[in-house]
Amino acid sequence: MSRTFLGMPATPPRAPYGEGNLRGDAAFPRAAEGELRNEQLRRNLGRATHTIRAKRLAVTGELPDWEQLRDAGSALKTDTMNRLPELLEELERKVTERGGTVHWARDGVEANAIVARLIEATGSDEVIKVKSMATQEIGLNEHLESRGITPYETDLAELIVQLAHDKPSHILVPAIHRNRDEIRQIFLKEIPGVDPSLDAVPAHLAAAARAYLREKFMTTKVAVSGANFGVAETGTLSVVESEGNGRMCLTLPETLITVMGIEKVIPRYQDLEVFLQLLPRSSTGERMNPYTSMWTGVTPGDGPQEFHLVLLDNGRTAALADKVGRAALHCIRCSACLNVCPVYERAGGHAYGSTYPGPIGAVLTPQLAGMHAAKDDPNSSLPYASSLCGACFDACPVKIDIPSLLVELRHQKTEQSGTTPEKLAMKAAAGVMKRPKLYTAAQKAAGLGRVLGGRDGTISHLPPPFSGWSDSRDTPAPPRQSFRAWLASDEGAATLQGAADEGARQRAAAHDDPEEQR
Amino acid sequence: MSAPATARETVLGRIRDALALAPAQDVTVPRAYRTGRTLPDDQRLALLIDRLVDYKAHVHTCTADGTAATVAAVLHDRAARRIGVPAGLDRAWLAEYDGEIQEDTAELPAPRLDALDGVVTASAVSCAETGTIFLDGSQDQGRRALSLVPDLHVCVVDLSTVVTGVPEAVARLTPSRPTTLISGPSATSDIELERVEGVHGPRTLDVVIRTDA
Amino acid sequence: MRIGLFATCLGDTLFPDAVKATAVLLARLGHEVVFPPEQTCCGQMHVNTGYQREPVPLVRGFAEQFGDAAIDAVVMPSGSCAGSVRHQHEIIAERYGDRALRAAVTTVKAKTYELSEFLVDVLGVTDVGAHFPHRVTYHPTCHSLRMLRVGDKPLRLLRAVDGIDLVELPEADSCCGFGGTFAVKNAATSSAMLHDKVGHITGTGADICTAGDSSCLMHIGGGLTRIKAGTRTLHLAQILAATRTAPYAPTEAVR
Repeated sequence: MSRTFLGMPATPPRAPYGEGNLRGDAAFPRAAEGELRNEQLRRNLGRATHTIRAKRLAVTGELPDWEQLRDAGSALKTDTMNRLPELLEELERKVTERGGTVHWARDGVEANAIVARLIEATGSDEVIKVKSMATQEIGLNEHLESRGITPYETDLAELIVQLAHDKPSHILVPAIHRNRDEIRQIFLKEIPGVDPSLDAVPAHLAAAARAYLREKFMTTKVAVSGANFGVAETGTLSVVESEGNGRMCLTLPETLITVMGIEKVIPRYQDLEVFLQLLPRSSTGERMNPYTSMWTGVTPGDGPQEFHLVLLDNGRTAALADKVGRAALHCIRCSACLNVCPVYERAGGHAYGSTYPGPIGAVLTPQLAGMHAAKDDPNSSLPYASSLCGACFDACPVKIDIPSLLVELRHQKTEQSGTTPEKLAMKAAAGVMKRPKLYTAAQKAAGLGRVLGGRDGTISHLPPPFSGWSDSRDTPAPPRQSFRAWLASDEGAATLQGAADEGARQRAAAHDDPEEQR
Repeated sequence: MSAPATARETVLGRIRDALALAPAQDVTVPRAYRTGRTLPDDQRLALLIDRLVDYKAHVHTCTADGTAATVAAVLHDRAARRIGVPAGLDRAWLAEYDGEIQEDTAELPAPRLDALDGVVTASAVSCAETGTIFLDGSQDQGRRALSLVPDLHVCVVDLSTVVTGVPEAVARLTPSRPTTLISGPSATSDIELERVEGVHGPRTLDVVIRTDA
Repeated sequence: MRIGLFATCLGDTLFPDAVKATAVLLARLGHEVVFPPEQTCCGQMHVNTGYQREPVPLVRGFAEQFGDAAIDAVVMPSGSCAGSVRHQHEIIAERYGDRALRAAVTTVKAKTYELSEFLVDVLGVTDVGAHFPHRVTYHPTCHSLRMLRVGDKPLRLLRAVDGIDLVELPEADSCCGFGGTFAVKNAATSSAMLHDKVGHITGTGADICTAGDSSCLMHIGGGLTRIKAGTRTLHLAQILAATRTAPYAPTEAVR
């Protein structure tokens, strides 16, 4: 690496504090409490996640080479990260050769300014948008509004969220927390001129959105999109979608501005053969999503004649600098991990406080935006928002070991936190456990804890910080005797000898009479 | 050492620093998944039809001789009185159609396309396993707006261009062409994650498969 | 075989009956069970809560206690502790240990097993001669299922038990919500998960809910007794240890 003579490598910065949508107002446990009390939300989420789980399992089960595709996808992402500088330069060169303009943004603030400037240069004061995680992450809409530019979200779920003055709660289905009746109410209240007899049939709701956005598609001169993939080899960008709002935005305006995280580059055009199988089956549980658009720079006579690609860092290089954490950059935003996560299913997406909710959000958000120990940062609660059940790892199409990343980020958090009561308790516990004599003495003391138990031998109330546990669980009082005490006792020795003798008798009997062998 | 001047230099510098701090792990991309698959005509056809129908496309099969009659019948059934066509479409396919035909040009504004009842195009490649049709902007498929704005898309697919799986389809594409993958009519899963057909793209997709072409 | 029994700190201290059953079962199958006396804890709670320096002595202690070449296999009645030894000890040794510790951890990891995988994979038995005439449902714990990949091995063992009425648990592979300190730090979310798990369990009408981890059973059992459900929890080892001559008899308080 030629940088050695330029000095020591510097740790890249996180996304700027307080900008964009990578940090909530409250730590996860508190943010989740309100959501957990919302019965409607629980039902909506439970129903939706169970629907999609079954569909995903059906279509991934159809492919005998699913695991081979996951292996390829995972390795492709590792390879991409290894060669990121070269691949981005190649992508830039190819897009430029084909008539596009490439911009680089150190962070969300810079990306917002670039996009706003490009829109203003067209003279338009409105813009149509394809659902894009990157622009949500950097708070582009809020920035555009502050500059007098009106952004229109065109994805149905994003539209629902925008009309309801709400926040997205899911990567793929931002309005997953809303059911059809709530969506009907939002449309009746917020869509100008909507048919007042609109019912809650999903097809009718979709038709209302179609009617509302039709004119915007036909007349708006600028569109902003994200990108699912950017092919370095050819300069081809790709957007994967379902409704056709993406095709509208990518095709009809005169100017197209695409904001893409630097980790979305892939090496070869051929690599699409892997990701176009992994992504739709993992996300919507379809063999293929209805529409995928692929474009390379500008094509005379077809589509926008001006194309800008904004390459966004915003903390991605900080994640890249961590050898364990960098795997979070492999994410292709399918949301399979959200849909299988028991924590997401109960707490909902808003509890994570970030554009990226769910298991992947719990490992991506703290890496992009940091966990500021001194500021009691809600992001430092995210790595703990998991029971480490591992369902996310199994579902991930690019095999991101999310549980291991969570454990790693928990470690980073405790390393940054200085001395805390928890750390002292952990040190004390380890101090006892590393001294067998002390440990044995502590076990005996625990046995005395039986007095805490009620008549049924259980403890039903515990003091903080364990009161949340005892709110819905009894705890067994410690037994009279530890295992090691039993083993050392005459009773223990006799029991084991008895078991050995019984086994020997059984084996002898079975040997004598094979018919009796069970 | 002077500070990097541009965002480009800064970001590329950060990436190189990150890779120095946490060095790359050797990796070879294993491509053990299925590629280069072939299936006999009848199986490819059956698979494609199964997948198209599953995602609510309407499928019609005919021989090359019967193209004009089939296309005319489909347009008649859909009550499409005014249709758009790309400049390079084989006009023989419309020989039996008695409605109005608008030949597309790059200058035709989108609202004019919106006033059409439908569009008839050819296609570049299709993938049987996923029921996906690939348009690549060739003369017989036209610019992307043409097959997007009208509410009915009648798409002619020649069985010889139907391949088995996704890798076989991607291998046939020309990367520089604006390419659209279509799997059924437009749809959304945004309401309770249930799939509903018909949003912004054409709400009706009729696929005419020519089994001897 | 000479089997080193790791009781786990939770089993040794709070759930000795599950460990006793493990020892009894292995002895009945004709194996020598040894208990390295200085064993304590695998350190999983520390690692999973974010503390990797503190458990270094625990990782070293485990490797020293069980590294003895005279021990053919290390067996424990816990999927999550086996998972910790197999997946976390190397991380700790790599980061905060020395070369000797890294080598010791690798050696002991290779012969460490959770009970059901030891029985099925190493001993090659599914019928262990157990008799258990009760209605039972099985909850696959997350770490046994997804970290160790025990698959249906516990179920194969249970199906071979004489007299058992094994009933399927709906949404069995969903987490019960325990997750160690997760249940304390995120008690409300954990309770919501537990509520659903307990509902599925009681819906089966089983007398017993079993699993391979005392920790998850403590969590589930705590939820069951709180609602005064008729189902109680019992470690897989206790079912497999029960025979006609030495039937299962509850000695501990209902958990």
